[in-house]
Amino acid sequence: MRDIFRNAGHLIRPAVVLLAALGLFILGRGIFIPKTFGQYGHYDAASLDRIRQRPISYAGQDACVMCHDDQAKVRASGPHAHVACEACHGPQQAHAGADDPSAHKPVLPDTAVLCKRCHEKDAAKPKSFPQVVSAEHSGGAACNVCHTPHNPLRMKP
Amino acid sequence: MIPGVDGFMYPNEVELQWSLLIVLYPYITGLVAGAFILASLERVFKVDAVRPTYRLALLTALAFLLVAPLPLQLHLGHPERSFEMYLTPHRSSAMAMFGFVYLWYLTVVLLVEVWLEYRADIVRLSKTTSGFKRLVYKILTLGSDNVSPAALRIDDKVGYAVTVIGIPSAFLLHGYVGFIFGSIKANPWWSTPLMPVVFLFSAMVSGIAAVMVLYMASMKLRKTPIDMSCVDTIGKYLFYTFIIDFTLEMLDLIHRTYESDESFRSLDFMVHTRLWFSQVILQIILGTLVPLLLLAAAQFLKLAAGVRRSIYAVACLLTLVGIFAMRWNVVIGGQLFSKSFLGYTTYKVQFAAREGLLPALGLMILPFVIFVVLVKLLPPWGEQPGHASASGD
Amino acid sequence: MTMTRRDLISGGGKLLLLASAAATWAELTGAEPAGDAYRVADHWWGMLVDIDKCIGCGNCVRGCSNENHVPAGFFRTWVERYEISVDSPTTAQPHVESPEGAINGFPPSTNENVKSFFVPKLCNHCADSPCVQVCPVGATFVSPDGVVLVDQNYCLGCRYCIQACPYGTRFINPETQTADKCTLCYHRITKGLTTACCENCPTGARQLVDFKNPKDPIHAILRESKVQVLKPYMATGAKVYYKSLDGAVR
Repeated sequence: MRDIFRNAGHLIRPAVVLLAALGLFILGRGIFIPKTFGQYGHYDAASLDRIRQRPISYAGQDACVMCHDDQAKVRASGPHAHVACEACHGPQQAHAGADDPSAHKPVLPDTAVLCKRCHEKDAAKPKSFPQVVSAEHSGGAACNVCHTPHNPLRMKP
Repeated sequence: MIPGVDGFMYPNEVELQWSLLIVLYPYITGLVAGAFILASLERVFKVDAVRPTYRLALLTALAFLLVAPLPLQLHLGHPERSFEMYLTPHRSSAMAMFGFVYLWYLTVVLLVEVWLEYRADIVRLSKTTSGFKRLVYKILTLGSDNVSPAALRIDDKVGYAVTVIGIPSAFLLHGYVGFIFGSIKANPWWSTPLMPVVFLFSAMVSGIAAVMVLYMASMKLRKTPIDMSCVDTIGKYLFYTFIIDFTLEMLDLIHRTYESDESFRSLDFMVHTRLWFSQVILQIILGTLVPLLLLAAAQFLKLAAGVRRSIYAVACLLTLVGIFAMRWNVVIGGQLFSKSFLGYTTYKVQFAAREGLLPALGLMILPFVIFVVLVKLLPPWGEQPGHASASGD
Repeated sequence: MTMTRRDLISGGGKLLLLASAAATWAELTGAEPAGDAYRVADHWWGMLVDIDKCIGCGNCVRGCSNENHVPAGFFRTWVERYEISVDSPTTAQPHVESPEGAINGFPPSTNENVKSFFVPKLCNHCADSPCVQVCPVGATFVSPDGVVLVDQNYCLGCRYCIQACPYGTRFINPETQTADKCTLCYHRITKGLTTACCENCPTGARQLVDFKNPKDPIHAILRESKVQVLKPYMATGAKVYYKSLDGAVR
């Protein structure tokens, strides 16, 4: 019996090396795993907050209407009632969220380009959606020459 | 339209995600698993004829296994984060276990088996060499120089047990790599339960072929006669394994063609165009049918030893090319078609880029460099005691 | 001390909703109703896409790009235009295009001899998401409120999730070298705003949906309309519902 122990003694050595490595690994795990990992599921719960903290670019409809309620009233009376301001005017958080909004004045969109994106005729568009072949309809002239963009059914005098 | 794209791809699909390096990964792990299974033939299944390749196969497996994670590492967007796989492995992920399977196989199976196999040599060399080499061998003895016959008998028994554990481990290592692809339901080219089995058998084929080539090349370099009964036996096993592998692959192909589900038109088109050369010419004809015919000729015709040697060399090299093509067709082929089944993209291998041809070549040469170092450190030749006597009783 | 409108705006989304007009807008867009601090347990987010309303203007793609700084050539959302031959609908492949994800819309199509329509695409925020299933480290996950997100600080960039997504909605962000995708504007919807794509959609073809909000119009829509998800046979628990989706869409 003692013989077996003596002659198998060398096998303890690789076992010790492997166990030491395993111990180091378990120790490392405790140190490196983020503390918030696993709070909700198999991920770092802190990442939810990190993602939430990303800055916004579009201030959102409500922010615009708070100051520009006059324009909103015009829009509400026409077919653009449900088109959000920034859908045409672009992202305005820099303007709406600024201490001095007038320092970040939005650029007025070019209606010759803007309107066509929605209203240029395309066979794939829903048939009920108002669309024109702009070259025939206006000969390339800007749409706001005739239409009021906030309520396009109201024609300019 | 977009250069290289036919038809419609989802816009994020145009660029391939898994490149040449990910082709190397299953190729290299396959060689490891195959070489180890060849080694176990002698040890566990007592096929005495292949004894001359036992140590060679172990060192081949070790050399390739050490390189196996490198292509993965190189392809990661954040290689420095790869240890997260060990910290927080995601139980539902087929990939998460790779690190553990790999470490298990490396440390508990291969290193222990190599150490036990070479312990007597290591102890002897630690006494007969000098200087730096002596220090290396001293460290490798782990401080024990007990090489009494009783101790060696125990080593042999433990080594046998490790090999017995090693066989399912080798199956696990490579069947698992197949599962990584086979379990992706979004990709019909990959998604098949046959994938792990096909990977496993192709791994055995490539590993056996690689050891045979290395054995014949080493013998040539050392100007030692090749043991014909050894290569004939390996050739026989290669032939039968290859037939199983080919049958499984054809089964997959026939099944897909016969079922013709919604992905069929798209995949069929791909095989006839973008994959024609790599799949039909390289993989099936040159990489499978030709070596199978050659091996069959060596099996069933009475050919002279010299002719058989040449046949084995050619058949094994073609096999290695064919299995590489198979990995390529799986990995790259699975990304050439759109998941909308409406279009195809192309893959252009870059040269000096991080995932280009240059690092891939480097990664393919590296195992051979490691192999040469291992052979120098732990010579596989010379008097090798058999294992059969101690293991059975 | 008087409170100016500006103070109200910088006070964040909570106070904004005090404005009387806001309530109807919130209902329309499915944005979070007025309340205290955001609680993840109270929400289960998704989206409704109405094919019959989509005009292929690309406003959603531009809006997403502006809001989320999506690197050029990659898309968190895009729009496809399908053209299906009506002569041989069962054998002919549909003709599909999405030039640069439709970030500049589409060149006008005049082909009246085909059935044609637009399909906006985005992450389906699957409840049984294959991308989450395969992530080896837990860098991508379904948040408690049902949004599939990527932790940019933890992702290895192994790309397994991209392979696993049946919808092609993921990509590697070349700047961060991590997986990137639609976050359903998580930084907006948790502040009571709607997503950038919904905010920018001029026809209401896209609507943010909160399945846990009993007042959300989605409940009526699911009850009264025929809806579908993309690739339902993938059984991913997709939470982006499509109204009037054609069977040819993949």
